[in-house]
Amino acid sequence: MTNLKMVSTSAFFLLTSTVQPVVFATVAFYMYRTGDRAGTLLYAALGAGMMGVWSTTLFGSGGMIQWQRWQGTLELGVGSPPGMALIYLPFSLANAFTGMYALAATLVWGRLVFGVPLDFVHPWLFALALPATVISLGLMGLVLASTFILYRYANAMANLLEYPVWIASGLVFSTSLLPGWTRPISWILPPYWGVLALRHAALGGGVWVPLAMVVVLGIGSVAIATFTFRIFEHLARDRATLSLT
Amino acid sequence: MIEAIDLRRTYRTTTGVIRRKPLEVEAVRGISFAVEQGELFGLLGPNGAGKTTTIKMLITLLLPSSGEARVLGHDVVADAREVRKRIGYVFGGDRGLYERLSALDNLRYFAELYGVSGKAQRIRIDEVLELVGLKGREQERVEGYSRGMRQRLHIARGILHDPEVVFLDEPTIGVDPVGARELRRTIADLIAGGKTVLLTTHYMFEADALCDRIAVIAKGKIVGAGTPEALKAGVAEGRVTEIEVFGVGEAAVERLRALSGVTAVAVEDRDQKQLLVVQTTADRELTAPLLAELDGVEIGRVSSREPTLEDAYVALVGSE
Repeated sequence: MTNLKMVSTSAFFLLTSTVQPVVFATVAFYMYRTGDRAGTLLYAALGAGMMGVWSTTLFGSGGMIQWQRWQGTLELGVGSPPGMALIYLPFSLANAFTGMYALAATLVWGRLVFGVPLDFVHPWLFALALPATVISLGLMGLVLASTFILYRYANAMANLLEYPVWIASGLVFSTSLLPGWTRPISWILPPYWGVLALRHAALGGGVWVPLAMVVVLGIGSVAIATFTFRIFEHLARDRATLSLT
Repeated sequence: MIEAIDLRRTYRTTTGVIRRKPLEVEAVRGISFAVEQGELFGLLGPNGAGKTTTIKMLITLLLPSSGEARVLGHDVVADAREVRKRIGYVFGGDRGLYERLSALDNLRYFAELYGVSGKAQRIRIDEVLELVGLKGREQERVEGYSRGMRQRLHIARGILHDPEVVFLDEPTIGVDPVGARELRRTIADLIAGGKTVLLTTHYMFEADALCDRIAVIAKGKIVGAGTPEALKAGVAEGRVTEIEVFGVGEAAVERLRALSGVTAVAVEDRDQKQLLVVQTTADRELTAPLLAELDGVEIGRVSSREPTLEDAYVALVGSE
């Protein structure tokens, strides 16, 4: 709860989290409504919502470490008894919680302004896939956060990762339009499986396989983050990068 | 309780923009000391002497380049987690708190990190707020706190889990005199409560007033150690002459240093004037020769006094 308070007291972070998804959604709706296929707008709404979730997770993870470094609390976290992954897991979940808003806001905006029908084929599976996807993305953010422990200017890396993951995950358009060699990259990304699960739950299609992949990649992210936090913490103590000076 | 054996730390960095050259800076160059249970041990030294680097190695935030250090018998590299459970630490300055949270939320968060939860957490938070004098202000956001209040909250955070050993890195830096006096009282209370404290400071009077023993550190090495009395006794045989001057040059200061019987010269800038603090051996009266070397320099008040810990410190650091 304290972690959620920390995240939610940043006016800039909240503004980005609330405004950005609505902007994405508006652009996506204008793009897709020129086509005349059934379900296109809902397909676009889910993609735009996931773009917001990913951006919130990415900048939340990078920002959380950088923000802690700036205010001098990163060293206090590292110097406390629990492992780093355990300390930052609640932060990642708090970011994911904010990300959940991004998706909800997009769907509500689409319904109210563009009249997108929210008739889900599998509403219960959608209700299951939504938190699973958002949490899985939050856990992927934990892996990213571990690298930010080592590098003082890792925020630049966060900027680099925003658009490629949107594209490789099929959030903007289908990954079938991408070259074949990019497919394995998509497969290891939780947003790819997450948006697939959500779209199938909403528009029809197999939900269980992508949902299982979302869960597996989420658990995998925790395992990887536990390992990388340990390695990067050791390196940061060696290279003296925990503080600003 | 705390043991450092030939502790060293080198920072590696680079210089240049296009052709980067590796650069090594030896911040700590073979420091050894031991702190006993219930003792308040001071690391005294100027800025950049290696005090913070030493303390960061002891609290497991930096890896030593070589040497060994143990806290409560646990190695700071191999048993970092065991060390972390048993120590508290406080850094000086404004940073190190969650600004937008209240003091109470800050303490709750750190209490959770150290496994203090439930009823024990409420009781302990009340105790530390009382100890540092922040009771009644705990609901306010930290961003509205004065520097003294922040520093007291830092101490509350550092002792929240009732650690046996507390590390205080320049806890009174930037705090006003009244606030600093209250902080020193809090530190004295920690010792009265049975804690072992390692304190770094560059304030002589603070070290003199609080510490059982002091190690003077300069350029990464310990240049003198002992009780404040023993360190003062090292220069007690001598005399200290203070000369107020207006616009003294480096050449004149060097002439004073070269004078037979002069052991150290420090220059303190005071607005338009400077104060020359000249330490001399006791066997000779050097006031007249000193003034003769300052021929041509406008001179104000001249006085002589007993050596203090500050003089001992200047003599030790100045000899490096």
